Amino acid sequence: MPPATAFHGAPLVALRGVGKAFPNGVRALAGLDLDVRPGEFVALLGPSGCGKSTALRIVAGLSEPTEGAVEWAQAVTPVQSENRIGFVFQDPTLMPWASVFDNVALPLKLKGMGADKAAHRVEPALDRVGLRTFSRAYPRELSGGMRMRVSIARALVTEPQLLLMDEPFAALDEITRFKLNDDLLRMWQALRTTVIFVTHSVFESVYLSSRVVVMAARPGRVFAELAADAPYPRDQGFRTSPEYAAFCRRVSEALSRAMAAVGEP
Amino acid sequence: MKARVSAGERRDRALRIALPIVVLALGLAVWELVVRIEDIPPYVLPAPGNILRTLTSDWDLLSRSLLVTLITTFEGFLLAAAGGVGLAVLFNQSRLVEYSLYPYAVILQVTPIVAIAPLLLIYLPQHAAVLACAWIVAFFPVLANTTLGLNSVDRNLAALFSLYGASRGQVLWHLKLPSALPYILGGLRIAGGLSLIGAVVAEIAAGSAGAGSGLAYRIAESGYRLNIPRMFAALLLLSLAGIVIFYLLSLINYLALRRWHESALEAEH
Repeated sequence: MPPATAFHGAPLVALRGVGKAFPNGVRALAGLDLDVRPGEFVALLGPSGCGKSTALRIVAGLSEPTEGAVEWAQAVTPVQSENRIGFVFQDPTLMPWASVFDNVALPLKLKGMGADKAAHRVEPALDRVGLRTFSRAYPRELSGGMRMRVSIARALVTEPQLLLMDEPFAALDEITRFKLNDDLLRMWQALRTTVIFVTHSVFESVYLSSRVVVMAARPGRVFAELAADAPYPRDQGFRTSPEYAAFCRRVSEALSRAMAAVGEP
Repeated sequence: MKARVSAGERRDRALRIALPIVVLALGLAVWELVVRIEDIPPYVLPAPGNILRTLTSDWDLLSRSLLVTLITTFEGFLLAAAGGVGLAVLFNQSRLVEYSLYPYAVILQVTPIVAIAPLLLIYLPQHAAVLACAWIVAFFPVLANTTLGLNSVDRNLAALFSLYGASRGQVLWHLKLPSALPYILGGLRIAGGLSLIGAVVAEIAAGSAGAGSGLAYRIAESGYRLNIPRMFAALLLLSLAGIVIFYLLSLINYLALRRWHESALEAEH
C-alpha cells in the first residue's frame, strides 16, 4: 500500500506487474507496481542494476515490458502521450551540430511546427533555464551544467504532462547539481508537471521528491515507498534542516535493507 | 609561462613550413648540379631549370590539358560523392538493397582500376570511360565512410527522435545525415585525390590524341617522343593539382565542422 501523500486522485500513469527480461536472460524487472499521480515528484532510488532506468524507458515507451502493462489515465491517449512526455537522459544528449535554439526547438520541429511558431515556445523555454542569451551558441561552447539546462529546456518545451529524468545530474559537480535541483523544483511548481526522477543519491531524492520509491535489484522491483511530507517550496534551508536529515536517514535505512534483499524477492 | 609556450609553438610552426622548403631547395640544387657536372642529356634527366622553362614555353598546351584533367576529376568526384552518399543512404534505409549490392561495391573497389580501364574503353565512349574510372576509384571511400557515419548515431538521440514520433525521413535528414557529416567529409577528402588518380589512369589507358587530351595523355605522349622535360612538367602540374584538391577539401571540411566537431576545433578552445 503506497503511503499517503498530498497527491490524490487517479494515477496519471500506472505500472501494473511490469516485468522485463532481456534476450540474454537477464531479468531487469519483475512484478513492478507503481502509481504516479498528477503533480507528483516521484524519485526512483536504488543501487545500480536495479532496473530503475529500464522502468523509466518502459514508461516512456522506448522499451516494451515483457510482462504486465503501463496504464495511462483516460485523458491521455496513446497519440497524445507522444506529446505528453519529456525525457532527460543522463547525458545532455544534444545535437552537436545544432545551436541551443535548434536543439530546444527539435520536439516542435519533429511535430511539423513552423519556425516562427516554434520560436514563441522556445524562447520562454530558454528563459526558464536562464539561457536566453545563449540561444545561438553551440553545445560545445557550453559548460556541462548549461548543456543539461538545454536538455531540460528541450524536454519542457512541449509542456509535457510527465517529465522523465534518468540520473540527469549524476555527472555534474555538487555546486552545479544543487543549483539545478533548485531550478528544477521551481520549474516543476511553475509548470505543474509530474516528474519521475531516477537517481542513486539518497540526498537528492529526499531534497527533490514528494515520494521516494526505493527499488531492490535482481530482479528490479519496488522495495519501499516513503512519502516526503516537507512542504514546498524547499530551499537551501531545507538541506540543513533536522527533518531533512531525519528523512535521509529513513531512506538510507530502506536502501540498505533493499540492497541486503538482493535476489530474494 | 604562457608566452613562452606560444613562442615555442610559433617556432614549431615556422620549422614545419621552413624545413620542407629547405629540403626542396637542397634537392633541386643537387639535382641541377649533378645534371650539369655529369652533362646528362635532357632526354635522360632534365635539370629543374629546364623543366621550369618547358613549363612556361609549353604552358598553352599544358594548361589546356590540365583543364581537361581537372574537369574530368571534378565530374568524377561529384559523381563519386553523389553515388557514395546515395548508395550509403539507400543501404541504410533498406537491408535488402544492402545485402544485394554491397558485395559488388567491394568487388569494384578491390579490382585494380588499371585492369578495368581498358575494358571500359571498349564499351564506353572515351569521355564516359574516363569518368567511370574516376568514379569507380573514388566512390568507395565515400560509401564506406558514409555507412559508418550513418550507423554511428548517438543511441539516446535516436531514442529521443522516436519518443517524439519522428518519421524515417526526419530521422535521416535531421539526425543521421548530420551525425554522418564528419565521416562523409572524411570520405570526400580521400575521394578527391582518388578521382584524380582514376582520371589519370583512364587517360593513360585511353591514350588517344586530340585537343581534348588531358595531362596524363601528355605524359604518355611525351614519353613516346622522348620529350622528358615536358613529361616532368606535366607530372609537376598533376601533383600540384592533387595538393590543391586535398587542401580545398580540407578547407571545406574545416568550414563545415569548425563550430561543433572535435576534429575541426583548435587545441585551446
